[in-house]
Amino acid sequence: MLYSEKVMDHFTNPRNVGKLDDADGVGEVGNAKCGDIMKIYLKIDGDVITDVKFNTFGCGSAIATSSMATEMIKGKPLSEALELTNKAVVEALDGLPPQKIHCSVLAEEAVKAAIKDYFDNTGKEYDPALFKGGHSCDNCCNG
Amino acid sequence: MRIYADNAATTKISRKARDAMISVMDEVYGNPSSLHSEGQRAAEVLLKAREDIADCLGCSADEIYFTSGGSESDNTAIVSAVKYAEKRGKRHIVTTAFEHHAVLHAIKKLEAQGYEATYLDVHENGIVRPDEVEKAIREDTALVSVMYANNEIGTIQPISEIGRICNEKKILFHTDAVQAAGHVKLDVGELGVDYLALSAHKFHGPRGIGVLYAKRRATLSPLIEGGAQEKNRRAGTENLPAIAGMAAALKDAVSGIDETACRVSAMRDKLIDGLLKIPHTVLNGDKESRLPGNVNVCFEGIEGESLLLMLDMMGVAASSGSACTSGSLDPSHVLLAIGRPHEIAHGSLRLTIDDENTDEEIEKMTDIIPKVVEKLRDMSPVWDDLQKGRNKYVIQ
Repeated sequence: MLYSEKVMDHFTNPRNVGKLDDADGVGEVGNAKCGDIMKIYLKIDGDVITDVKFNTFGCGSAIATSSMATEMIKGKPLSEALELTNKAVVEALDGLPPQKIHCSVLAEEAVKAAIKDYFDNTGKEYDPALFKGGHSCDNCCNG
Repeated sequence: MRIYADNAATTKISRKARDAMISVMDEVYGNPSSLHSEGQRAAEVLLKAREDIADCLGCSADEIYFTSGGSESDNTAIVSAVKYAEKRGKRHIVTTAFEHHAVLHAIKKLEAQGYEATYLDVHENGIVRPDEVEKAIREDTALVSVMYANNEIGTIQPISEIGRICNEKKILFHTDAVQAAGHVKLDVGELGVDYLALSAHKFHGPRGIGVLYAKRRATLSPLIEGGAQEKNRRAGTENLPAIAGMAAALKDAVSGIDETACRVSAMRDKLIDGLLKIPHTVLNGDKESRLPGNVNVCFEGIEGESLLLMLDMMGVAASSGSACTSGSLDPSHVLLAIGRPHEIAHGSLRLTIDDENTDEEIEKMTDIIPKVVEKLRDMSPVWDDLQKGRNKYVIQ
């Protein structure tokens, strides 16, 4: 089997699928040309993520990593969500095939992009170094 | 019950092929190169298989060479033709942009060695134009290689017309007929080909065995050096059980081939019509000039690998040209060759049916697939943007 049971579980029954019309922060990473886009919506109260939803266009592991990442940050303070790494998402899913690791990078970046959007929307000060690195997808396919 | 709709990848072995193999394994254990009775018995079985296959293709038995499969047959034909023509100063190859990788990579390798290649456009319908083949032929053209039918979108190429052009211009002509053999009638004389490749496991025969037809006047140089098997053109003790299995499978496939093709095409068309009812869906490749069992569509707004996983869970075995299913970063070169943009090519689905599928299975797939597409579209930000008018549909 290509994927672990956990990946298949999150793919088959993805947690937190959907949109939040009154989101405080929205992050979208990836592009359709490369075959995966993740969009994460955050509802934030104080400095806690009270609700999170995602929409993903992509392969099984893209959907599973989105689902797992949203589950890992729901109810958590922003400071903790910002520390979410792709490695932690992969571990929580009991691993991903090597060619699918980039999906987990996308999930980490989508969470960060949504938090940055929240900071920008509310005029909160932040250390730009937290969000450097940019999209991992820029050089991933031809054209 | 599971529905197997990936017959272009491989087929289930037929009862006749299996029985032929078991009987050879049990009873014909001699080496066809040995002089003793056991060996000569094996040589007889080998000859009979060669004659049966020659009958199916309309050629003589001494024009049939056994190989390990389609890839070896394609590579042998291309390398042989090029070596032959090089002695006459010819170093140019004409082929198409959507050949199987067994052809494309063999030609790429030759390009790296200084040969030149022209990759012909296959247009939106997935069919190469004979006049464009003719225009591409140069003084120094060594070989024309055009597949009989495409492995992803199933489009059938005008092989006999190209064959006439090549014969007039006295240029060697190779066709990769791996997807066509056993599914549509093949007569090498009518086609005018010098080389034709086929593979047993695409028509209910065993894996790891194939044929290279090489016309008498067409030279063959061995890829593997060794013994004198296959008239010194392909060394190695013959895989006799597989050869007997292949011959049985091909004979079986060829008997009643027109009736079978007719029945399978009717199921194919029903499936295509059902899938095209899904909004923003397009058929890949010409609707008429295509293999009886090939259905290939793109659904806008979703990605193929997740579609395959969901279909698999619902009991349907299919395939896709999405980058995620190939392990590479780019989607199928075939879909790009017919002009599908990357984002659309990622959402492709190939269903390849044959005479073992039933009308009931077609109905079931026509019921399941729209639901799976809808589920994936519901969670796709691409679909959301399209629906809200933030982006324009590529597929109307």
